[in-house]
Amino acid sequence: MFNIQQQPGQAEAALLETMGAVPAAEGEAAKKIEGRSPWRLAWERLRHDRAAMISLGIIALIVLVAIFAPVVAAITGHGVYQQFRGPQPPLGLSATDQPVGPGSAFLLGTDDQARDILVRIAYGARISLFVGVVATAVTVFGGLVIGLAAGFFGGWVDSVLARFLDWLLAVPFLLFAISLVSVVQIHPIGPLQPGLPVVIIVLGFFGWAAVGRIVRGQVLSIREKEYIEAARALGAGPWRIMFIDILPNLLAQLIVYTTLLIPVTIVGEASLSFLGVGIQPPTADWGEMISSASGIYLYGSWWYLLFPSLALLITTLAFNIFGDGVRDAFDPRGNLFV
Amino acid sequence: MNRETTPTADRGTANTGADHGEVLLRVENLVKYFPVQSGQLIRSKRDFVHAVDDVSLEIRQGQTLGLVGETGCGKSTLARCIARLHDITSGKIIFDGHDISTISARRMRPFRREIQMIFQDPYGSLNPRRRVGSIIGDPFAIHHIASGADRKRRVQHLMELVGLNPEHYNRFPAEFSGGQRQRIGVARALAFTPKLIICDEPVSALDVSIQAQIINLLADLQSELGLTYLFIAHDLSVVRHVSNTVAVMYLGKVTEQSPVEQLWAHPRHPYTDALLSAVPIPDPEFAGRRERIILVGDVPSPINPPSGCRFHPRCPKARQACVEEVPELEPRLGDEPDHRAACLFPVEDGEDISKSRPSIGADKRVIETGLVAGS
Amino acid sequence: MTRFLVRRTAQGLFVMWLMTVTVFLIFFIGPGPALVARTLAGRQATLAQVAEVAHRLLLDRPWYVQYGHFVWLLLHGNLGYDYYHSQSVNSVIAQAFPITLSLVVGASVLWLAIGLASGIVSAVKTRSIWDRTFTTLALLFYSMPTFVLGFLLILGLYYELSIHHASIFPAPGTWVPLTQNPLQWAHGLILPWFTLALVTAATYTRLTRGSMLDVSGEDFIRTARSKGMSERRVIFRHNLRASLTPVVTQFGLDVGVLIGGAIITESVFSLPGLGYTAVQAINQQDLPVVIGVVIVASAGVIVANVLVDILYAVLDPRVRLH
Repeated sequence: MFNIQQQPGQAEAALLETMGAVPAAEGEAAKKIEGRSPWRLAWERLRHDRAAMISLGIIALIVLVAIFAPVVAAITGHGVYQQFRGPQPPLGLSATDQPVGPGSAFLLGTDDQARDILVRIAYGARISLFVGVVATAVTVFGGLVIGLAAGFFGGWVDSVLARFLDWLLAVPFLLFAISLVSVVQIHPIGPLQPGLPVVIIVLGFFGWAAVGRIVRGQVLSIREKEYIEAARALGAGPWRIMFIDILPNLLAQLIVYTTLLIPVTIVGEASLSFLGVGIQPPTADWGEMISSASGIYLYGSWWYLLFPSLALLITTLAFNIFGDGVRDAFDPRGNLFV
Repeated sequence: MNRETTPTADRGTANTGADHGEVLLRVENLVKYFPVQSGQLIRSKRDFVHAVDDVSLEIRQGQTLGLVGETGCGKSTLARCIARLHDITSGKIIFDGHDISTISARRMRPFRREIQMIFQDPYGSLNPRRRVGSIIGDPFAIHHIASGADRKRRVQHLMELVGLNPEHYNRFPAEFSGGQRQRIGVARALAFTPKLIICDEPVSALDVSIQAQIINLLADLQSELGLTYLFIAHDLSVVRHVSNTVAVMYLGKVTEQSPVEQLWAHPRHPYTDALLSAVPIPDPEFAGRRERIILVGDVPSPINPPSGCRFHPRCPKARQACVEEVPELEPRLGDEPDHRAACLFPVEDGEDISKSRPSIGADKRVIETGLVAGS
Repeated sequence: MTRFLVRRTAQGLFVMWLMTVTVFLIFFIGPGPALVARTLAGRQATLAQVAEVAHRLLLDRPWYVQYGHFVWLLLHGNLGYDYYHSQSVNSVIAQAFPITLSLVVGASVLWLAIGLASGIVSAVKTRSIWDRTFTTLALLFYSMPTFVLGFLLILGLYYELSIHHASIFPAPGTWVPLTQNPLQWAHGLILPWFTLALVTAATYTRLTRGSMLDVSGEDFIRTARSKGMSERRVIFRHNLRASLTPVVTQFGLDVGVLIGGAIITESVFSLPGLGYTAVQAINQQDLPVVIGVVIVASAGVIVANVLVDILYAVLDPRVRLH
């Protein structure tokens, strides 16, 4: 998050090297002949960014929880759809038919359908992470292809694609997403099936605009560089130039953008579910849980609102901190990326 | 090329202008116009940048043609046209007997092994995200010649050839100095021992001491491998050192062309004379005696070049005929056929044109402030 | 300059046209002709009503006639008829718009103030305790979904207080028009304003800070300082001015998007603005209203985009040549 200064030892070592001091061992000398690639340098910087590494740990934890959600269910003995209305213990509803708070029976309490919140949060992680990653992948991949094509081929291809991107940017995302999903619920259109597919496609599709614009701008500026001219002078064809000369120069920025896009997508999915047009109940989903909780918390079941909100917040925060760390690792002086 | 360094030494060596092999490259009436973004539907002549306007020259096998001119005179564009990085507007390019003026990219490919370019900017001409071994090995990869260990061996051989440590095969351009990067560019160009190498101001961006190294490297390679160079520069002393023949360009046209020492000894075009007078001379006494010919103003815009002789607005010897007539590039004042100038009133031996005054109206000249009077 | 203006406006109109085509395709063609009339008439419609709707909207005519009719109505400012509530879509929107406007205007003033102030302080006192605090807070609010913040605020500042009989804020859903009672109007909007503003301000803090730090490295700042100019003048007259462009751009875009309704905030606080109305309409399958809101929202975004681009060109002449 904050630019971490180099450790003092490193600075000294660097100084010694510039003064021509001979490295200690043969292995070290050989390693120094090896190119210090920009990737390696970025990774080194990232490794020393404490906040980023902690966030990475938290992300790993969340991923584990998501993968081993059934294990969580097994340990607590509560299924994700299982309702504990009694009369045998554990009782998921109080005497007045209200959700039960955190306690020995239900670690995080129950929801309005007497289900174990802890287990549902674990399963909700699956949805959030899955949609977050897949939709982001759809966005980045699609945007990359569009931006590359528009920037590289220029001409009418660029005109058409640029208009398309303009239109995409003008579309009010949430409204369109809601409308599309509701239309699709009546009448599915091709791959737009109700439920997970339409959410992923809608989230992924609307992101193309931003990525496409950025990539296009980058490609346009890279195209003018002399090393591209050199490649052409050598006889390289357009495809080779695109993949071997242009693409590697885009990768760093793409990686940064992807890491920062994932939390945005996760929040987008939660928002859609919150509004009732995302993942439908009884599938466990953080946005949907918050939506249900908002109806009844007024009667005192604060845990039903708080814990899914915390889960969402912690996940987003971790990804954002890590994303900031990745961006700082690739661009310490903050002059390359937005 | 030879290694003469004193400016007054006479170049009496054998390969001055002599027929050193066949004509490798002939350019005939090459024209390259770039359309200007005007947003209008109908393009008049005013809406083109006349980058290269009817240029003809030839280079013989094993020789070096030096191409000189100010920024904007079209020499870089000419280079790129010859390398077919641009499509030409009209004219002919005949390389090794083949007409490559308008052939398709696919048919041009085999020729790309024979014509190579070295670029000016050592920082911009190498992809910063690729290792140098990969960059130098690019030609082999593109033309599917060698692969794997064989390619690595060849690349390392090329690195040695240009004076780089072959063990730095896996390093990135950022880890090399400017001079070393230029060597990488040379190595890349040498992959197939091309017949013609176009050097587009290869030393302009380097420190002076490094310039000497690179120029000597190029000289050594030429004699070792029998290369032919088209050497573009704006520094006359560099050009003099490396060339057999020199062509001077101004606003898209060649104004004078001759074997190198002839140009220094007997410049015919006033522009050439002015350029030569600007070259620094180490001998302070000699320098003090010389009159500097100072040209007023900048090179005019190539979108709307002056009529007649394009140099007339800045020429100290301009006469009315210069405004009306376009001078042909031909031998003047009884010179040899290989020394040609495009001037109606060429500079005589011993003439000091700093003392001349133009005899055309002020409205056609560029005056002291750099603005045309009355505009 | 005029050429740029014309070109940019033409682009905007073109995209607006594309939008009408898209809306038409999704809502009129997508569901298939049989369903369109039925869905437009609403779930409660009788067969006779459906037939009437079908006739009124020319659904028995070819698609290009339908589209022409659609565009014709649009150009006359007619957004259709809401069969569900038996009123014109125009009036539905007219009722909802002031609420969205109140929310957006109040929140935007807040987020600009908060974002700019914290951004400037962070940039000027880099690495101080202020900077770290603001940056951390910005990161926190940036990561927080709007509805999470909204509900947490309601939980903490309304519910907990009210069960302890210490209510400061009114219940969510309290809306009093400005013209009726300004004090109550503001009172009911405080929590929604802060919800929307805090989340949005986070972006502005980061943006302002980044932009000012970039500019502070430029030579002209150093020159101003070396001329002996007071630090305050350097910051406000030179640094801030040069840094404002991305902030202004972002502001224009944000407001443009919100014109179509701050859907989530309105839903959380039960404020019947455009966003809330749209969501209700979707749940009730009241498509005419949905279409109306989508068109208004798109128009808002497109107009905002065009204005921002033009403003950008005014501020930075280099853009005009592009």
